Amino acid sequence: MHRYLVPFIVFVGLVLLFVFGLYNDPKLVPSPFIDKPLPTFELPGLQDPATSLSSGIMKGDVAILNVWATWCIPCRQEHPLLVDLSRSANIKIYGLNYKDVRTDALAWLEKLDNPYQQVFVDESGNTGIDLGVYGVPETFILDAQGIVRYKHIGPLTVDSIRTVILPVINELKGVQP
Amino acid sequence: MRSLLMIGCLFFSLTLFAADDPLQFENSEQQQRYQQLLEELRCLVCQNQTLADSHADLAQDLRNEVYKMVAAGQTNDNIIEFLVSRYGDFVLYRPPLKWTTILLWFGPFALLLYGLVSVYRFVRKSKTVDVIVSPVDRQRLSRLLDSNTDKQVGS
Repeated sequence: MHRYLVPFIVFVGLVLLFVFGLYNDPKLVPSPFIDKPLPTFELPGLQDPATSLSSGIMKGDVAILNVWATWCIPCRQEHPLLVDLSRSANIKIYGLNYKDVRTDALAWLEKLDNPYQQVFVDESGNTGIDLGVYGVPETFILDAQGIVRYKHIGPLTVDSIRTVILPVINELKGVQP
Repeated sequence: MRSLLMIGCLFFSLTLFAADDPLQFENSEQQQRYQQLLEELRCLVCQNQTLADSHADLAQDLRNEVYKMVAAGQTNDNIIEFLVSRYGDFVLYRPPLKWTTILLWFGPFALLLYGLVSVYRFVRKSKTVDVIVSPVDRQRLSRLLDSNTDKQVGS
């Protein structure tokens, strides 16, 4: 009995390790900001470069902060989903235009529709670094106090919106799904 | 003419252009610190490269950040803290000792220990043991051996 016990335990251990490896993408680095306030920032707005937008405008209600750029191909893919979300769900979506060209970004929103309440312009990418952005698109869900409750890395999909994003928003809003 | 052309080509070789813009440091201690930090920090875009190796856009930005902080006289701890607070422990090639990293730190030693114990037990078990052979068996054995030699001689 004892003879087979050790190999069996090792086997079970390896199986658990491999299952863990199968269902966890090493590309997704957990954000250290979860359940912490989003770092504050002050950036020019996209529509009018003369305006200065504070990250504080996102407080007061559950909000989504989507980091995007026109050079980012997956952003193009998720854009229609954001437009849908801005129409169907009762949620304010803000954009952070990351290391992009203003005219390109404006043309993109003109052509593909604008799901954002406001778009912050982070031309240098410094705010991106402060927010721990390492791959666009990234999507933060903030509660009414401006605390990061969830971060999605990579493009949103129909599936991830249905199974993760909406449930998180509903929970934060205290809505029964 | 041809050799001149070849020499001309050398000036346009890729390696010449590969050199990054040289950074100015106040002293060699800062430069060393900068290099050392880049070797210890992971690029999050191409995860198996250090900040020093990576050509990703973000790596370039983070190198600039590290450069600025080193030049401003920040300590290594401050700089590492800056990056960890934004990107998490994952940026460190040398992860801190925590409950979640215990397996990472001690797993290899546990495996080594397990291997050594296994080898020790295996070696002890396979030590030669004196076999007691009964006289009857001994006779049978010598008969078998004898017949074998006969056969070999005969063939």
